[in-house]
Amino acid sequence: MKRVATAKKRIVRVGLASCGIAAGARPVYNFFCSELAKMPEKSFTLIRTGCIGMCFCEPLVEVEDEEGVYLYGEVDLEKARRILEEHLGAGRPCNDWVVYSDVITGREQDYLTRQHRILLKNSGKIDPEDIGSYVKAGGYRGLQKVLASLTPEEVIATLEESGLRGRGGAGFPTFLKWRFTRQSPGAPKYVVCNADEGDPGAFMDRSILESDPHSVLEGMIIAGYAIGSNEGYIYIRAEYPLAVQRLRLAIAQMEERNYLGENILGSGFSFHIHIREGAGAFVCGEETALLASIEGKRGMPRPRPPYPAQEGRWGKPTGINNVETLANVARIFELGPEVYKNCGTEKSKGTKVFALAGKVRRSGLIEVPMGISIREIVFAIGGGIAGDKPFKAVQTGGPSGGCIPASLAETPVDYESLAEIGAIMGSGGLLVMDDETCMVDVARFFLNFTTEESCGKCTFCRNGTPLMLATLDRICRGKGRPGDLKRLEELGEAIKDGSLCGLGQTAPNPVLTTIRYFRDEYDAHINEKRCPARICKDLIVYRIETETCTGCGLCTRICPVQAISGERRRPYHLDETVCIRCGLCLSTCHFDAIITISEGQDTHTADTNANTTTASGERE
Amino acid sequence: MAGTAEKVAYLQPGGPLRERIDQLIRRLGRGQETAIPVLQEIQKEFGYIPPELLPRVAALTGLCGSELYSIATFYSQFRLHPIGENLIQVCHGTACHLAGAEEITAALRRELGIEEGDTSPDQKYTIEKVACLGCCSLAPVITINGETFGRLTPEKAVRLVRGGAGQKKKETQNKKGVEDKAGPQNNVSPQNKEGRLS
Repeated sequence: MKRVATAKKRIVRVGLASCGIAAGARPVYNFFCSELAKMPEKSFTLIRTGCIGMCFCEPLVEVEDEEGVYLYGEVDLEKARRILEEHLGAGRPCNDWVVYSDVITGREQDYLTRQHRILLKNSGKIDPEDIGSYVKAGGYRGLQKVLASLTPEEVIATLEESGLRGRGGAGFPTFLKWRFTRQSPGAPKYVVCNADEGDPGAFMDRSILESDPHSVLEGMIIAGYAIGSNEGYIYIRAEYPLAVQRLRLAIAQMEERNYLGENILGSGFSFHIHIREGAGAFVCGEETALLASIEGKRGMPRPRPPYPAQEGRWGKPTGINNVETLANVARIFELGPEVYKNCGTEKSKGTKVFALAGKVRRSGLIEVPMGISIREIVFAIGGGIAGDKPFKAVQTGGPSGGCIPASLAETPVDYESLAEIGAIMGSGGLLVMDDETCMVDVARFFLNFTTEESCGKCTFCRNGTPLMLATLDRICRGKGRPGDLKRLEELGEAIKDGSLCGLGQTAPNPVLTTIRYFRDEYDAHINEKRCPARICKDLIVYRIETETCTGCGLCTRICPVQAISGERRRPYHLDETVCIRCGLCLSTCHFDAIITISEGQDTHTADTNANTTTASGERE
Repeated sequence: MAGTAEKVAYLQPGGPLRERIDQLIRRLGRGQETAIPVLQEIQKEFGYIPPELLPRVAALTGLCGSELYSIATFYSQFRLHPIGENLIQVCHGTACHLAGAEEITAALRRELGIEEGDTSPDQKYTIEKVACLGCCSLAPVITINGETFGRLTPEKAVRLVRGGAGQKKKETQNKKGVEDKAGPQNNVSPQNKEGRLS
């Protein structure tokens, strides 16, 4: 990871993005705040930063001194105190807790060294609430260059040269979208930033907005200049309060410094940005639905063409780009298009940010060059599967995407290669699954999501997805029938063909790809009434291993239905007919004495747990 | 919670919400575009959208009542029922699902004796399912009144809620609240790096 040359600066950085705060970074920040105030001499500057990217070992504290950078992981108040005393006070870094450093080799060193951070170069380094911090790191240099020396056509040509494609998922060349919008008749024109990151399991946009909001805003102004628009909207999820707050602050600071408003930096170009908070509808990530929502209507899509570039907000030409795309734009003009062109594959240039999560050992926000293999992401960066379990699959693109089996792990990550195997690049969610992930359950999960989020406009999406869901639900409950898979495939294809927008057109993907690559698992559910991953509640039983059980009695106290009995200090017994498979005992047992098994037909007990099955159970 | 007349008074000239809504209308104009921000403002105030206010909002924004109602019911953010003192949101994003969000919800439902989306009879708790809070690395995650708690087990989730974590409490309970806030930090432990089922 390259650092901005702030030589000989002594800085303490605390990561205060949502993840960090949730992990307890705030008390740590407050601690350094009050303690550093007491060290007037050789003092360290305290910076509140956004996401450092190593979410798996939050809270993170980075100390930069004359030697270099030391990033500490899992810092609680106790560790913070020792870092203060030993590193800041006595100049002796606490090497054992260092996860990354450019001086020594940290515990998780290769997590960062294997990445290629262009877009995220400021994340975790600058203070997202201070425009000065962004400017110092090279911010607004691109905008100045654009306004002072490039015509709108030249801006679009530079983008063409860089090869940037839309990062929202579909990968449409950004320069083309801008050119179409620019050439479309009609005024005024609008720029819209799509920050309605609704994919469950994706947090790239949130992290970028929380950690480096100015780069997105800078990209928007450049977009406005290029397409001939003076007004921009950010449509952002209301569920991201911290990102909204930081955007508002950033906009106010930009207006103060004339990076935004009338006659920006004396160039004669004016631009204004408004924030619109979404109201919780996944379909609004689709551009025409998003526009409807900005206009205050129900967020329902409409047929294209006309495309938003021709008729967008209030029927006027509108350029809609995703958060990551716009941040990329700012970077391209700051660092030059070569930086992009020289990175990635022939058709997919630059880097891609992924939210790496799931059953991977090191989860977090990563940025990799296009063309990297899935295996490299999971193993070299992600550190392999948590608990050294077998690697089963990754899922990209959330509810629109597909599951990629471990056997295809060499697939390069670029738009075409992923599409070829039935998955999509998507906006950047990358979920890793191990052998304890049930693929039928995963498919049902995604379909449950799209069924709930379907806006109801197209018949196939509105009525087809619940039918598929009911079938999947039945399979998960051990009531699958021969012919179900054929029915799912037929329905899936029909929904894809019969839906207007991306939601319906892609909703069957998780089902279709899991059937394609994990048919045996579906067969086990349908024919043997067995869940190989031991997830589907109706197909498993809980048991206590007599050899491992110490008879501590913890599980009897926690069991809500008194299914566990026994004498202290002797192995306990679990009554399978009473058990509701809530999992409380499993998560409580200190000795791993409670196991789940899925033996198939003969152990199947359906009636006792009718009340605890899935939320979608009543749909049938 | 105030009665209908008092709530409607919020929107009368000089009422506590009226100035904010007038401001929105001045900025965005009367009509469609103002509807969602106005509804958001009202929900911010009451924690939900009192249905009795809708006719008044329709009149203020110039939308017809049915249109406004269709918007208020389309978006999942808007609630037309009051919520309990404490709002518990259980994240059901993909990462949380893989990490056992269903079990967390089930445990909370059992503990509080209510279904997802409902409020306990004593008006103390509402459990809500949310799509994704974007804290996937800390899965499974819940929020209590907006404060996020991660790396939970069903048992820890119940303990958090019963221990008053993230909840508005009177002075006497403060100390306990502080203790519990250390909870998510403590939860960041090696044991969580293992999978769910053994």
